[in-house]
Amino acid sequence: MQWLRSPRLWVAALALVAMVLLPLWVSEYVLGVLTIAYYFGVFAMSWDLLFGYAGEVNFGPTFLIGIGAYVSGMLNIYTSVPMVLCIAAGAVAAVIAGVLLALPALRLRGAYFGLVTLVSVLILQTVIVLFASYTGGEIGFSVPSILSIDSGVNYYYALAFMVVSGMVLLAVARSPMGLILQATGQDPLGAQALGFNVTKHKLAAFCLSALFSGLAGALTIFYLGSVSVNTVVDLAVTVQIIIAAVLGGRRTIVGGALGAIFLIVAAEYLRPIGELSNLVVAAFALIVLLFIPDGFLGLFPRREARS
Amino acid sequence: MSLLKVTGLGKRFGGLIAVRDLSFSLDPGEILGLIGPNGSGKSTTMGLVMGVIPPDTGSVRLGGTDMTGWAPHRVAKHGVSLMFQHSRPLRRHSVLENIELALLPDSLWNFVPHPRVARRAREIAERVGLEEFVERWPETLPYAHLRRLELAKAIARDPQVLLIDEPFAGLTMAEMREFSALISSLRDERRAVLLVDHNVKGVRALVDRVLAMHVGSKIAEGTPDQVMSDPTVRSVYLGGSLDGGPETADRGAVAGPPLLQVESLRVHYDRAQALDGVDLEVREGELVSVVGLNGAGKTTLFNAVSGFVAHEGFIRWRGESLDGATPGAVARAGIVQCPESRELFGDMTVAENLEMGGYHLSREDYARQHATVLALFPILAERQRQTARTLSGGEQQMLAIGRALMTRPRLLILDEPSMGLAPLVMEHISTAIEALRAEGVTVLLGEQNVSFALRHSDRVYLLEQGRIAWQGAPGAFAEATGERYL
Repeated sequence: MQWLRSPRLWVAALALVAMVLLPLWVSEYVLGVLTIAYYFGVFAMSWDLLFGYAGEVNFGPTFLIGIGAYVSGMLNIYTSVPMVLCIAAGAVAAVIAGVLLALPALRLRGAYFGLVTLVSVLILQTVIVLFASYTGGEIGFSVPSILSIDSGVNYYYALAFMVVSGMVLLAVARSPMGLILQATGQDPLGAQALGFNVTKHKLAAFCLSALFSGLAGALTIFYLGSVSVNTVVDLAVTVQIIIAAVLGGRRTIVGGALGAIFLIVAAEYLRPIGELSNLVVAAFALIVLLFIPDGFLGLFPRREARS
Repeated sequence: MSLLKVTGLGKRFGGLIAVRDLSFSLDPGEILGLIGPNGSGKSTTMGLVMGVIPPDTGSVRLGGTDMTGWAPHRVAKHGVSLMFQHSRPLRRHSVLENIELALLPDSLWNFVPHPRVARRAREIAERVGLEEFVERWPETLPYAHLRRLELAKAIARDPQVLLIDEPFAGLTMAEMREFSALISSLRDERRAVLLVDHNVKGVRALVDRVLAMHVGSKIAEGTPDQVMSDPTVRSVYLGGSLDGGPETADRGAVAGPPLLQVESLRVHYDRAQALDGVDLEVREGELVSVVGLNGAGKTTLFNAVSGFVAHEGFIRWRGESLDGATPGAVARAGIVQCPESRELFGDMTVAENLEMGGYHLSREDYARQHATVLALFPILAERQRQTARTLSGGEQQMLAIGRALMTRPRLLILDEPSMGLAPLVMEHISTAIEALRAEGVTVLLGEQNVSFALRHSDRVYLLEQGRIAWQGAPGAFAEATGERYL
């Protein structure tokens, strides 16, 4: 049972226990902040699967999140479909939209994939504003259903969702499929010469990323009770997700959650200093990017080479 | 029936014909050496067979199946493996995991590691002599072992045909022998091997047949001995006879004070030693050439002088050290390199490329220099508005030299100007070099085409595996080094 001796595992277990017990000590307000942070963590972890493993910079995570959020929200408001099915439909819609976007985009090389995903966010945002009578435009709308009115229950929903998502993504990343993904990301030609259909594997990663992004987007709005461009579509959200994933550590999955919690909690702590807080967080992120480009998890020694 | 059959293969990149009407076949258990100087189309041929580059004409068939136009992963699955010259293993995975990668099926349902994969990976590691290194990170492996890792990955696909790109570059003699034995063992398994290398010398003992290429075309095919004694091959590699010719009269009188002095220069890339204690001097007004086979270290030497690669030892320019000077500073000091890869701005026109070279000149100087360059290469005047990408190989070389001259260099470094050029085009370059020499421009010329270099030089250095093996007057080259060059 060699894995029992892994210090990382013990740290992770301790952190998990602490997160589970946290509602015993802290206020509802703090729980609310952490709930958002956990959903945000899933955004960032899904993004890392693409950036860290498949080697694609997706500038449009909020395209996937936004589709998940708006499709589930609008189903909820215009139909009598139960909330759980609304959430599932949002996730499926995100995957479908993701495939429609990625199929043509993955044929492009280098920065062009990123540019296409960037444009996708702008298009989604414009469509939402154009069809304001249905979508609520820039203001958004309230959804009739809600996950729970109890902040403790909401906290556990978010925590469970983050842990399960993280475990699934991590399992994929550590599996042979993750190995193939890294090969396609780091050396596409080499991967093809080994017989791997690079586009197929990248598309699969994109679908998986879309699935969790869409799910997280849908869950977020049923936690908040409302959906708006500012919370799930705006490019500022994309930037936050990317900073969170890179802060936490590229190619780690868990780093995304870590970075997201850090960003959201830091912003909350710094709220008293007003607009200045954004500057402080951004400056900190810049320092991390410049001096520890491998992120928080990069500070820990990696698995030692055995000789 | 032959296993791999390539018929009438052709590929053009803009105005440059990379491969022209190439046909060859490969039997099971046969090792075919594909040789040719840089720019002869070897790598393009490999890319065409593997499906990395789609061919313009011709076909590639494997065991009766037409694979022309297939994507590389399909070609790979059909039984062709490619061993890359540069290893790019996954850095955060062990050697064993890197081999396991090659054993995985191209399926999306690879979630659980299969014990058979791990077992097979170990067997392959053992086969290539990496069994003691399976748990190590690739970056901690000695250089020669990284090659073995690449070979292990290629073998793991259980291919019918292996394409191996320059397996011996950067290896020591002992490592070369060991690696040769490994490649040779593939023959016993009835696999077919296409081995790409610069010259016959390195692959002679290993291959059954050799196909020599030059400027995209096949120039000879046969046993290594046949190809080595083929007059066309000899003229391509040596450029004709080794006598310096009438122009090698003593020009010692023109040499001025030393411009460039290189002392005990050492350069290594990772663990491969590229230059090992090189001494060299260029005096004002001289044309000094450095000859040597591809891979001997010529380009590395020039890149060290130009400040592109880190080095040990001394480089002095007009008596002052160039240590720590950036490439920009070196160029401003007057050392300008016209690189082997030409590095033209492909989407810019001929006129714009020349402008980039002379942007720092005053208007009068620019006009004068521009006129000089166009007088040297009249064809460039006709092509002013054409983008560099669409020029032929020879025109691109002229433009590259022209652009370097626009900077008004005090020392012009020409790296393989004859590379990939047909004989007639090479004559144009020859004439231009002689014209430069007559004007007293100091030139440091790198060439693998010895007779081309001998014809123009005042002094010659022979570089072999990172060391200066001989130096002297061009007239003495043939006698001193003789036939051992090829």
